[in-house]
Amino acid sequence: MTPHPAPETGPILGKLSLEALPLHEPILVITFIGVVLGGIAVLGLITKYRLWGYLWTEWFTTVDHKRIGIMYMILGLIMFLRGFADAIMMRLQQAMAFGGSEGYLTPHHYDQVFTAHGVIMIFFVAMPFITGLMNYVVPLQIGARDVSFPFLNNFSFWMTTAGAVLTMVSLFIGEYAQTGWLAYPPLSGIAYSPNVGVDYYIWGLQIAGVGTTLSGINLIVTILKLRAPGMGLMKMPVFTWTSLCANILIVASFPILTATLVLLTLDRYVGTNFFTNDLGGSPMMYVNLIWIWGHPEVYILVLPLFGVFSEVTSTFSGKRLFGYTSMVYATICITILSYLVWLHHFFTMGSGASVNSFFGITTMVISIPTGAKLFNWLFTMYRGRIRFELPMMWTVAFMLTFVIGGMTGVLLAVPPADFVLHNSLFLIAHFHNVIIGGVLFGLFAAINYWWPKAFGYKLDVFWGKISFWCWVVGFWVAFTPLYILGLMGVTRRMRVFDDPSLQIWFVIAGIGALIVAAGIGSMLIQFGVSIWRRKELRDTTGGDPWDGRTLEWATSSPPPDYNFAFTPVIHDLDAWYDMKSRGHQRPVGGYRDIHMPSNTGTGMILSGFCLVMGFALVWHIWWLVALSFAATIVGAIYHTFNYKRDFDIPAATVTAVEEARTRQLAAGA
Amino acid sequence: MPSNLPRFPARLRLLPLLAALPLLSGCGLIVLDPAGDVARQQGDLIVLSTVLMLLIIVPVMGLTIFFAWKYRASNKEATYKPDWDHSTQLELVIWSAPLLIIICLGAVTWVATHLLDPYRPLARTAPGKPVAAEVKPLDVQVVALDWKWLFIYPEQGVATVNELALPVDRPIRFRISSSSVMNSFYVPALAGQIYAMPGMETKLHGVFDKTGEFEGFSANYSGWGFSNMRFAVKSLPAGEFDKWVATAKASAEGDLSRDAYLKLEKPTHKEPVRRFAASDPQLFDAVVNMCVEPGKMCMHDMMSLDAAGGAGIAGIGNVRQVTYDKFAARGTVDAARWSMRYVAAACSSPVMSNDRPDAKPVAPAMLKGEGLPHPSKPERTALRAPAAADRPLS
Repeated sequence: MTPHPAPETGPILGKLSLEALPLHEPILVITFIGVVLGGIAVLGLITKYRLWGYLWTEWFTTVDHKRIGIMYMILGLIMFLRGFADAIMMRLQQAMAFGGSEGYLTPHHYDQVFTAHGVIMIFFVAMPFITGLMNYVVPLQIGARDVSFPFLNNFSFWMTTAGAVLTMVSLFIGEYAQTGWLAYPPLSGIAYSPNVGVDYYIWGLQIAGVGTTLSGINLIVTILKLRAPGMGLMKMPVFTWTSLCANILIVASFPILTATLVLLTLDRYVGTNFFTNDLGGSPMMYVNLIWIWGHPEVYILVLPLFGVFSEVTSTFSGKRLFGYTSMVYATICITILSYLVWLHHFFTMGSGASVNSFFGITTMVISIPTGAKLFNWLFTMYRGRIRFELPMMWTVAFMLTFVIGGMTGVLLAVPPADFVLHNSLFLIAHFHNVIIGGVLFGLFAAINYWWPKAFGYKLDVFWGKISFWCWVVGFWVAFTPLYILGLMGVTRRMRVFDDPSLQIWFVIAGIGALIVAAGIGSMLIQFGVSIWRRKELRDTTGGDPWDGRTLEWATSSPPPDYNFAFTPVIHDLDAWYDMKSRGHQRPVGGYRDIHMPSNTGTGMILSGFCLVMGFALVWHIWWLVALSFAATIVGAIYHTFNYKRDFDIPAATVTAVEEARTRQLAAGA
Repeated sequence: MPSNLPRFPARLRLLPLLAALPLLSGCGLIVLDPAGDVARQQGDLIVLSTVLMLLIIVPVMGLTIFFAWKYRASNKEATYKPDWDHSTQLELVIWSAPLLIIICLGAVTWVATHLLDPYRPLARTAPGKPVAAEVKPLDVQVVALDWKWLFIYPEQGVATVNELALPVDRPIRFRISSSSVMNSFYVPALAGQIYAMPGMETKLHGVFDKTGEFEGFSANYSGWGFSNMRFAVKSLPAGEFDKWVATAKASAEGDLSRDAYLKLEKPTHKEPVRRFAASDPQLFDAVVNMCVEPGKMCMHDMMSLDAAGGAGIAGIGNVRQVTYDKFAARGTVDAARWSMRYVAAACSSPVMSNDRPDAKPVAPAMLKGEGLPHPSKPERTALRAPAAADRPLS
């Protein structure tokens, strides 16, 4: 009863035909028209204001870690709007579909919506956001001019974008997977998902995965090799430490995801039996493998934000971070332990009591270093002078929200409790509690904290506060009913319900989602208003608006292309605070040429080829697969003959930039 | 007599829900207030663990708010120590407080996980009501189909679709499998869930201690018709249950033969309740061995061939014949497409069952460390892990 049987494969267009266009789905047709009109408007404006050249030379081809970081954030924000639209659709469907009503979504559509929501929020929202943040902040915090491999950085960004584009294409050409965000076989196998949805899923993730893995390698090398002189590992800012651990997790775990998806691809494309029911295949193996990647992934997302909270708490309490050493060891403990807990995602798959208790207890053990971190933030606030600027507000909201999410997480780690709560809405509430309360609140703290660094002016506080309260209140209104529904035995991914007494809870959750929507709207208004009023909001302190403690606040806002005219020498953990308190004098002469990497369009072009290849693979257009594969290889080899990879910023330019800053500082003082 | 999980006063049980209590009194929190002993212990465990964790969560939340308020920048009265960043005593406390809670919770987890292992037969049907040695649990075989549930009662000889009737106070032993994709068999009022997986068998033990009508469903997304994969669960007094069996036996649906099963297995949704008067006694084992089609080689036969070194080149000819759902979803292609010419002769009859004897009920005294035998004595068997054969084939 799959509504759409597998299409025939032709030699030229593969499985692609007019049938693939979802013309029978009015929601999609209207969305498509909206996207086309919006797209034409944007492209028209870019053309009208002659911005193509600017965008190409200054942004698309840039190898500057700061601009790549900002582009990652924009990608994350755009995909966030898509992922949130999916969330609203689900809330609406579940609030409607009672007492015989089918709601407004067919199973075919609804199942794609919840799959896409999960995939997009994790891979194309949270991941670009944290990668963008690390990209922007880490080199500045360690006093570097750029990352270790600037071209690779540009390529990683465009590969992530290509994966996101391929996922978005599925909205209008063909369909997306109807399997849930981890695509468990046999359901995701060719027998039960004969259409292209799972193929979009596979290739979108594989292409983006290349970008993620490469950027992980890049940042590890950057942190290990490019720190300013004097910055030993135990003098690194905590955000850099948590970024290092997150990137180690990326490099160690994403290859598992890649390999698992390759095996699934082989099952679907060439008829192997790794995860089939037939001929000795083992779907349970897939579930194990995907979670051996999946659990570290959770910590990949949250660790950098733990770093953000450490920076924010220390800065806005005007105090050194309490227990830096134990904070670092707690981070390392979490990094290692995150590999020893994956089975808690499927206690109900029939493992023995001893195996289940082992994984349950290792999971609980992770809460010890996490708890220690929380206490460290708490005692950083103790005897501080806490300024409740927006980043600090998000941090306190995080502390109060995240402990509840942590508690329900430990609860789910008790296997017999998990037997009744597994796959329930209680679980959904739990992981949104930690991902929204931890990752998103952390990102909002980070955006408000580092925005003045990136653009030279602060974000508007009024709209920021409205957004803050809408998010915090909306979050609890949306997810408390889900905790309760979970205890009422309601499970996830349901499209229709029988019991009318449940409806009220879904309606409340829907109202919560609308409050969150208002929070998102206020945040967009906050960005708009701040850009509009950027002259009034200008940071007049010469780059240090929060009385910061780490090195990124030592340079101008926005920092020059080369970050630091002279590489600073580090003597203490809070390097910039230390420099300030020892009466640091900014050097005003003796500038030299600065050696920098050159921009290149190769990253975007190669990712474009990969995007075409992914599309061709999804639709079995084999000639195009071969062509685009060859183009990718040839393009990569051709790039190795590009000898114009670097240039020197002449000392005269550096002098001009730095003297402008000297005047600005004098004016501000 | 086996005792239950660590109990605590009834008034404490409500503690974590105090905040939401006024809202919740009217609605059915079936997970915390179920109708079976296993589920009740699981629900109690949720409350106990929550209380344990609140011991640390509440002070942390209180301190967060207090510090945030007390050390606000505008409060110039408060002490300000910008360079204070270390205290060994305090660090010891902040690492050991969570550690202590986790040690307690870890011990509770170890005990409860073994005590409530779904593969173990029940030691009691309610607090203070041990199961006598001669009582045999009622066997129910469960097959998740696209998108409905099949229940086979081997003892009674009947089978039903989307209706599960069970006698109250009698331990039930479920053998669970699936025809196509993964599902999860879950009756919240009865006991926790366990996955239903094709070609594999999982087990669950449970018991109702109240009569009533409840609901069961699949708790693991399984595709297009998943939302309607619900079934009625009836907990009946013994006499009523016998009557229910008699009604099933008189059903006009006829027998659940293998042919009838192959028709039933075709994907449908919103399937009404159906009752079959009789059922092929080997059907469930054939489902687990993926050989319901007459003459099709069973998985265990293939495995024993392979264990003996395989059939060599001739074995390749068998591959097409043992195909189960490699090329199309179960029930969407006519079974007759697969000819049986190579393998029929190799098949054993009857179908070998994957059912293995259950482990013994856990003696909770040992889990709690009461009267553990001296380590040098060899009789520490109650804690051994269940034999590998009890686990799903994979």
